[in-house]
Amino acid sequence: MKSFTYERVDSAAAATAAFTRTPGARFIAGGTNLLDLMKLEIETPSHLIDVSRLALDKIEATAEGGLRIGAMVRNTDLASDARVRRDYGLLTRALVAGASGQLRNKATTAGNLLQRTRCPYFYDTNQPCNKRKPGSGCAAIGGFNRLHAVVGASDACIATHPSDMAVAMRALDAAIETVDAAGKARAIPIADFYRAPGKTPHLETVLAPGELITAVTLPKPVGGTHIYHKVRDRASYAFALISVGAIVQRDGTGRVALGGVGYKPWRVEAAEAALPRGAKPVADGLLAGARTTHENAYKLPLVERTLAGVLAQAKG
Amino acid sequence: MQTPEEFELSRRGVLAGGAASVATVTLVPIGTAAAAAPAAKSPPTAKVAFEVNGAARALELDTRTSLLDALREHLHLTGTKKGCDHGQCGACTVIVDGRRINSCLTLAVMHEGEKITTIEGLGTPDKMHAMQAAFVTHDGYQCGYCTPGQICSAVAVLDEIKAGVPSHVTADLGAAPTVTKVELRERMSGNICRCGAYSNIIDAITDVAGVKA
Ligand SMILES: Cc1cc2nc3c(=O)[nH]c(=O)nc-3n(C[C@H](O)[C@H](O)[C@H](O)COP(=O)(O)OP(=O)(O)OC[C@H]3O[C@@H](n4cnc5c(N)ncnc54)[C@H](O)[C@@H]3O)c2cc1C
Ligand code: SF4
Ligand code: FES
Ligand code: FES
Repeated sequence: MKSFTYERVDSAAAATAAFTRTPGARFIAGGTNLLDLMKLEIETPSHLIDVSRLALDKIEATAEGGLRIGAMVRNTDLASDARVRRDYGLLTRALVAGASGQLRNKATTAGNLLQRTRCPYFYDTNQPCNKRKPGSGCAAIGGFNRLHAVVGASDACIATHPSDMAVAMRALDAAIETVDAAGKARAIPIADFYRAPGKTPHLETVLAPGELITAVTLPKPVGGTHIYHKVRDRASYAFALISVGAIVQRDGTGRVALGGVGYKPWRVEAAEAALPRGAKPVADGLLAGARTTHENAYKLPLVERTLAGVLAQAKG
Repeated sequence: MQTPEEFELSRRGVLAGGAASVATVTLVPIGTAAAAAPAAKSPPTAKVAFEVNGAARALELDTRTSLLDALREHLHLTGTKKGCDHGQCGACTVIVDGRRINSCLTLAVMHEGEKITTIEGLGTPDKMHAMQAAFVTHDGYQCGYCTPGQICSAVAVLDEIKAGVPSHVTADLGAAPTVTKVELRERMSGNICRCGAYSNIIDAITDVAGVKA
């Protein structure tokens, strides 16, 4: 690991000010993604700004009848919150399908959203990777790519975003609240948060350098049956091959977002109109324009069948 | 990549070489602009004070030191094990402020003022914690390498269930989770046992929880 200086801050303003003051700085929250990558010198900050104790650890009701989730709320606490379990069950289900109990105790709302979009070659510093080293090529295209993206990928990168939590937040129309170094706040709909890899896969979100996530808001609850189905190589503690997060209403209408298929949680609102007609037309709409490799084409039928199972389960 | 152990060795080498005073008294001011420009020679350090197994501990550490390395290499509490050093195996599980975490994926300096419990703090060979005793009774290990992490995790898992933390297999999110084998297996999935002592581990935990199922 490259050496770095460290400071703990106690306000959002102090965090962004520290970032501006210190070239090479990064925020650290739970540290479970950043430190993992620092150990391999894939991330090499020269200064860490510890934001883990900011008073952004509360879940509060909003005036609109939704929830504001502080950026530093731990994944365990978010999953356990009584309001979340009651009104946003999809979010609890997605959270507890991710990582392990130990990791969820550390992982934060902001850190989970900002964990790197990545693939095994991103970790293998002997291999070319446009995300790790822009312009070096992509070892996954033409390599082992069974885990990789089928939608939204580019000729430069076919990695997926691994967050389960983000899939639920996408289906729930979450917005990400931030503050930048100038103190300017904004709210970014999660639909617009992640950047397509294009020719610049090392740029993953629309956040400006030093822009701090302060909260994630959820609109008021939409009711319905909430189901998160994650398909993985082992029954627990593994990243998704694909996942389906769905909210299904009694009349068969609803919402669907997918994990494990692209650089962001994948939702196509227009495809949802077909939900009362079953899984096939919805899956076709969600995966329109999919580009598969020799190893990951299985994801297309897997999405359709998993969605069919979810819809059957929702009917009860 | 320089592992913390290598760093430890080289730091000891520096100490032996007489440059110790430089390495140990250079205190990087925290939270000031100067923190960004450390002296080129010695890696930046920071002070941290926390409680380990009930005893106050104060250390000055290379900022890169994981909580795991602080416990093992600096405090010589070698019960906590390093398996993967990447959050994948659970061998390094300790309990911090009542919650289990992977000590390999967290910086020691981030734990200022916190209470850390390691396997040594749960019980001693003469006065074992109920979970430790149950692992012995049920043969909850073979080589024993994963065991301290399994036991710390198991103790915290029972508290999590009591506190109502849901899991992937909790059927009804509106009801309190219960101690069942299915729940325990899911909740313990962050602790890998290369020897495959899993079924005996679950027996040990259900024994402590007072459940037969
Ligand atoms: C073995 C293993 C298995 C895993 N399995 C899964 C899984 O199955 N599903 C899943 O979803 N995830 C999984 N994860 C990933 C895990 O969920 C993430 O590591 C975690 O959510 C990251 O949160 P953190 O708070 O620790 O982030 P950190 O590591 O602290 O930070 C991540 C990034 O966010 C930035 N950041 C943090 N806070 C802020 C802020 N407030 N504003 C702006 N930037 C910020 C940091 O600078 C860094 O770039 C796994 C991880 C491991 C190690
Ligand atoms: S898919 Fe993306 S992350 Fe993986 S090797 Fe290619 S460029 Fe790197
Ligand atoms: S050593 Fe920490 S999880 Fe493996
Ligand atoms: S007892 Fe050997 S790894 Fe678990």
